[in-house]
Amino acid sequence: MTLDPLVITLIEAAVKTIVIIVALLTAFAYLTLVERYVIARIQSRIGPNRVGAIGGIAILQPIADAIKMIFKEDFWPAQADKIIYTIAPGIAVVTALLAWAVIPLHPPMEIFGYPINFYIADVNIGLLYLLAVGSLGVYGIVLGGWGSNNKYSLLGALRSTAQMISYEVSLGLSLVGVLMISGSLSLVTIVEKQAQVWFVFLQPLGFIIYFIAAVAEVNRLPFDLPEAETELVAGYQTEYSSLKFALFYMAEYINMLTVSAIAATMFLGGYQGPFGILPGVHWLIIKILFFIFVMMWMRGTLPRFRYDQLMRFGWQVLLPLALANIFITALVMLLVGS
Amino acid sequence: MEQIPFYLLAVLAVIAALGVVVMRNPVYSALALAVVFIALAGLYVLLSAPFLAAAQVMIYAGAILILFVFVIMLLSPEREQVKDVLKWQRLLATIFGVAFVLQLALVLTLAVLPPERGPFTPERLAQIGSTQAVGASLFTDFLLPFEIVSLLLLVAMVGVIVLAKKRV
Repeated sequence: MTLDPLVITLIEAAVKTIVIIVALLTAFAYLTLVERYVIARIQSRIGPNRVGAIGGIAILQPIADAIKMIFKEDFWPAQADKIIYTIAPGIAVVTALLAWAVIPLHPPMEIFGYPINFYIADVNIGLLYLLAVGSLGVYGIVLGGWGSNNKYSLLGALRSTAQMISYEVSLGLSLVGVLMISGSLSLVTIVEKQAQVWFVFLQPLGFIIYFIAAVAEVNRLPFDLPEAETELVAGYQTEYSSLKFALFYMAEYINMLTVSAIAATMFLGGYQGPFGILPGVHWLIIKILFFIFVMMWMRGTLPRFRYDQLMRFGWQVLLPLALANIFITALVMLLVGS
Repeated sequence: MEQIPFYLLAVLAVIAALGVVVMRNPVYSALALAVVFIALAGLYVLLSAPFLAAAQVMIYAGAILILFVFVIMLLSPEREQVKDVLKWQRLLATIFGVAFVLQLALVLTLAVLPPERGPFTPERLAQIGSTQAVGASLFTDFLLPFEIVSLLLLVAMVGVIVLAKKRV
């Protein structure tokens, strides 16, 4: 029996997609637990230790949380725009998941004589695709804030629009240095070129700019102005409850995973090990967890920016630095190349 | 078989484009416009122009349209009086609409595609990469127009700042 090659490609892509989504959603569930432990340790507390505790760690806590979320009352604000209020959390999650189509997870290998590539697509505009999908992420927040018909939600949504558009510019420009060195937009090629030297050693400034801008893009502290609970209640998610709230929460954690994976892929060699030791998906996971830990650490220790500070920092510090980084990279490449 | 994605995207684009015009709520219109942009990006991918597709989504759907939504949300025009400001707006719109449709029909019936293929065939694009093709064209054959457009954008940006800045 021979199948149409197109059908085989489609089945392969579908299987990979399902595996990645299931892995991401599981990671999301357990990251909430990890975050509670990390924050608890920073604040000298113990953290959750009751639900299905094994050795003081509540293994079943995420499952209990999920059940609680599902059975909470699904609240609808009286004047909310029903359609937009409902689809906004969905858009947030889908745009967060889309980026994973182009991230290479593991070096290609053969399974039962059938060659498998551990990415869903190797498009020659991989990085632009990431930026394009990332730029759509703001829709979930904006529509959620507007659809709730609540002034705090709307204020949070407006802040988030301004913040994400401002930091997106620096985010994109910080990656240009990597593009210039690797000479390719394909993430697969970029990872392969880092077998010897990780780009973080060639692009230290670009890496720092990327990480700061990425934290701002996922609206985490110290850039969590869209939800700023001391002034805006909870910003765009004020009116959300039950599963729709859980979806926004999920989008935030998947976005954390996504920007960490991009940072690992662009600057830390993705699945490549240090000095070329045992390349594989485990290195990518270790790197992603490292970035996630840093983000939780920042949440536990840094105060929130004021809005004008946030804007000034983005446009007057981060953007000129990103442009200077491109200029210096070009200059060095010209001098070294000649 | 290869044409199924084209028809899906084309139908989606046309329906969404109708939605932009027909919807009463401006936020819905803006969202329909986002769908048009994304469907167009899909068509660009089918035409072996993935760079254009990514740029389309990033610039139009990700930046420009978000600013539209931003303004719509700030002004909330659905609470304002929705009356035609221009009295003959409908009449003018009808005249120009008919003229535009006639022009389109004329162009489509008279247009003849050149028999030979241009330098950037799908095979060649797959070989050199679509981003590289765009970049090479911009910095060789179209260098002057490219620089003029850059200058124009710079002038527009400076102009916006001058207009928006309050006198201190």
